Amino acid sequence: MKPAAWPRGGARATRLLHLDPDAPPGWSFGSLRIGDLRALLREGDLLVVNDAATMPASLRGVTAAGLPVEVRLIGGGGGGGGHGEDEGEGCWRAALFGAGDWRQRTEERPPPPALRTGDVLRFDVAGASGGAGRTGSPGSRGRPLRAAIASVDARSARLVSLCFEARGAALWRALYHAGRPVQYAHTAGELALWQVQTAYAARPWAVEAPSAGLALSWELLLDLRRRGIAIARVTHAAGLSSTGDGELDARLPLAESYEVPEDTVRAVESTRRRGGRVVAVGTTAVRALEGDASSHGGRLVAGAGTTELRLGPAVRRRVVDGILTGVHDPGTSHFALLECFAPRALLLEAHAFAEEQGYLGHEFGDAILILSEQRRARSAA
Amino acid sequence: MDIQGRGVLITGASRGLGAALARVLARQGARLALVARGEKALDEVAGAIRAAGGEAHAIAADVGAKDEVYPIAGAAAALVGDVEVVVHNASDLGPVPLALLADTECEELERVLAVNVVGPFRLTKALAGPMLLRQRGLVVHVSSDAATSAYPRWGPYGASKAALDQLARVWAAELEGTGVRFFGVDPGEMDTAMHAAAMPDADRSTLARPEEVAGKLAQMIGDDAIPNGARLEAAAWGTRR
Repeated sequence: MKPAAWPRGGARATRLLHLDPDAPPGWSFGSLRIGDLRALLREGDLLVVNDAATMPASLRGVTAAGLPVEVRLIGGGGGGGGHGEDEGEGCWRAALFGAGDWRQRTEERPPPPALRTGDVLRFDVAGASGGAGRTGSPGSRGRPLRAAIASVDARSARLVSLCFEARGAALWRALYHAGRPVQYAHTAGELALWQVQTAYAARPWAVEAPSAGLALSWELLLDLRRRGIAIARVTHAAGLSSTGDGELDARLPLAESYEVPEDTVRAVESTRRRGGRVVAVGTTAVRALEGDASSHGGRLVAGAGTTELRLGPAVRRRVVDGILTGVHDPGTSHFALLECFAPRALLLEAHAFAEEQGYLGHEFGDAILILSEQRRARSAA
Repeated sequence: MDIQGRGVLITGASRGLGAALARVLARQGARLALVARGEKALDEVAGAIRAAGGEAHAIAADVGAKDEVYPIAGAAAALVGDVEVVVHNASDLGPVPLALLADTECEELERVLAVNVVGPFRLTKALAGPMLLRQRGLVVHVSSDAATSAYPRWGPYGASKAALDQLARVWAAELEGTGVRFFGVDPGEMDTAMHAAAMPDADRSTLARPEEVAGKLAQMIGDDAIPNGARLEAAAWGTRR
């Protein structure tokens, strides 16, 4: 699939492929626009978004020996919820990259310098932004941001935990000055932080944009609400989608933190009672909802947690009926994930159709809605 | 609205009305994200609030800079969680001594508009989204009587505040019924550094203390009965009730 290389402008409305896994053969999909969600969703349905803001998770630094290293934060930070084993406040899991930047394909990047527990990395706060617009910004500018390696993963030397020296407001200010959005070689230029935020981004928990939501405007969301479609939120610490290291990539996604608010549990329950459908916006919203339910015996329970749930054909969904997501290529982990919503053969057919229709892939690309027209494909009991 | 435990972001919080409001809301148990350009003064305000047992985080940033908006919103949300109240209090007066419009450089007007109008717009855009999702939130715009009266030499400031008032009214109209509310406040003439810069010869005994106005502003923030889109005058607040 041809990737979308840049955020969509107003001129190019997101295309939407509706895939109905329960439709009779030949009636499974239709090509629409994102605004047609107004017709595809019904009164009583519930849309659940991931409200995590995208943090500037790519940091360029040097080792004590002066070797260049790029750190891409994966999750942690002590921002909320139960994080990974050894992450506390100011500490993150991170993937390390050697010289170069996002312009090179991750798998072609040179490996990072070998680091050991206790090694210190220094990040240039003043020079990292590259934008002339930040020269006038006060606070933390000029002060180096430093982090120490807290542990190195036993299986992959480029997966580490690291702890920044700074804490609280000083740390967040420095991170926002030193960091840039994580991006990949298919993008056409350096992305600004605002280009990777959804219209409802709140706490900066995601290290890559929860991109299915990038296509949603408030015009559309408020209109859906007026039509009786409820909108609820989870916060899910979306991690990296690729590290360039095959062995490490096979372990992705790592355990990720999430939070399900009380309001969302109530919204799901009331949707169930009314026979409505629960539609997750993006794979990360699915992971939060199904991950939470799977760790509570199938019931959605409000609160924060960490999930290692890997979605795929074998996973039985407990909460989510449908998904709005990007168009993913077969062979990617995202594609495999969709197999818990529709059979592989149908997904492949839909993918071929989208490709033929000129749909665009990746985070700024077009969308697919996998949702059964039937009242509920599965019994609520 | 009971402010206890709620995330509140105040711009221009290093001095004057912003700092006074921060102290009042901290006493009421708000979790504060304080924004101002002056890092040292801001750190002192936040430090004093923490020393008194409150919660305040100092986010040194320029609300007039485009690149700073998501960093402010992101840091605030990371530090206090859901930001439920935003007070756009930061203002740029323009160059002092105040000048006639005919003597005002275009760039000076642009800077005033960037801080007083475009900055609040961008920050609201970043923070109102999650409020709309939660169906709850309040955005307060601090205005001025210079928005409605044509005071000579207050051209850039007055024009910016008039634009800010209108922006607030349109936000309110567009988001009516969503649970996200807007109101504007004319705080009146206060004994602040900004007032001294604008009118160095003023009789300070005639000016309101920022603490007094901050107390009223805190009451307004707690008052859910204020109509969406209203523009209030601090001077009339006590007498009206």
